[in-house]
Amino acid sequence: MRLQKNTLLALYSVLEFAFDSSRHISASEIAQKYEVSPHHLAKVLSELARSGYVESVRGVGGGYRFAGNARRVTLMDIILLFEDFTPEPADRRESAEETPVGLALASVMREIDEIAKATLSSITLATMLQWIDRHQAAHRGTRVHEQGAAKAAGPRAPARTAERASRREEVAPVPDA
Amino acid sequence: MARPGAMSDQASAIEDDAGLLPGEVDPPIVVRPARPADLPEVIAIDTIVTGLEKSEYWSAIERRYGNAERAGRGFLVAEVEGEVAGFVLGEVRDWEFGSPPCGWVFAIDVHPRFRLAGVGTRLVAGMADWFRREGVATMRTILARDNTLILSFFRSLGMTTGPFIPLEIDLARMEMVLHDRESVA
Repeated sequence: MRLQKNTLLALYSVLEFAFDSSRHISASEIAQKYEVSPHHLAKVLSELARSGYVESVRGVGGGYRFAGNARRVTLMDIILLFEDFTPEPADRRESAEETPVGLALASVMREIDEIAKATLSSITLATMLQWIDRHQAAHRGTRVHEQGAAKAAGPRAPARTAERASRREEVAPVPDA
Repeated sequence: MARPGAMSDQASAIEDDAGLLPGEVDPPIVVRPARPADLPEVIAIDTIVTGLEKSEYWSAIERRYGNAERAGRGFLVAEVEGEVAGFVLGEVRDWEFGSPPCGWVFAIDVHPRFRLAGVGTRLVAGMADWFRREGVATMRTILARDNTLILSFFRSLGMTTGPFIPLEIDLARMEMVLHDRESVA
């Protein structure tokens, strides 16, 4: 299974919004963070808004905010907005795919896809936020360790500046079920 | 293997549990080893949740797990205000499938009246503690891959896909495969 760029962008965006559903985030902030064109992102956000996962807020300080239930929305829910997993009808398949070799390979690929779909369907945004928090905590731990090592090396050692607390770190972690 | 397939037909009992916020547990949940007197309530929960009465299965469970102190087998219940609100069954298995000793969770149910109260989470946590005391470091379960709600529940507790891949075959198909192989030979 290979996800399109739009799909990945939707996943990045919806997770950003889900971190703090009360906060409005501008499209340009996300575009800058993930280094994508604002125009491209606008289409993705529009689809997320149309589907009710985010809502747009107009005016000063406006932007988008999360409008779903992070404990119920799965990665697959978002992916299905942008991907079509319907199998190709037989008359549209390449002739090679209809050979015994092609059919055998297709059955292997189907098996892989089914496992991928089950995985994506079972991971909620809330679970993702927990994982992201864990990665951030591990990252912070590494940074603290590096800073400690720099300090131990003496005052002339190139001290690393503490990483500024990110917006994600300022919000409360998603509680366990 | 400790009846891992049993999870798929019982786990729908806890699907709503994942929505709990900390501090919402009221009244308190007590997780403790099951007693013989709990069995009628356990069977009642299982019947409500699965819609199937499995008296023979539960008789076997009672024989195998009735003594909660028996090494390697765990049968815990969650009690809320003196009532059995849910249960979990697990077992430590050694070196099967080449796996070092590991705790299998193979059945968990929560009474529908007690959902959204963290009972499922407490049961899994209780079973994890019991496995630790039994000396294992890994907890494992298996679910139908279309049982996304319960998969989500376990994932919300941090569980991920393990290093083993379950395989199966329809025995009629296996007969054909073996026949074909013999023909080629």
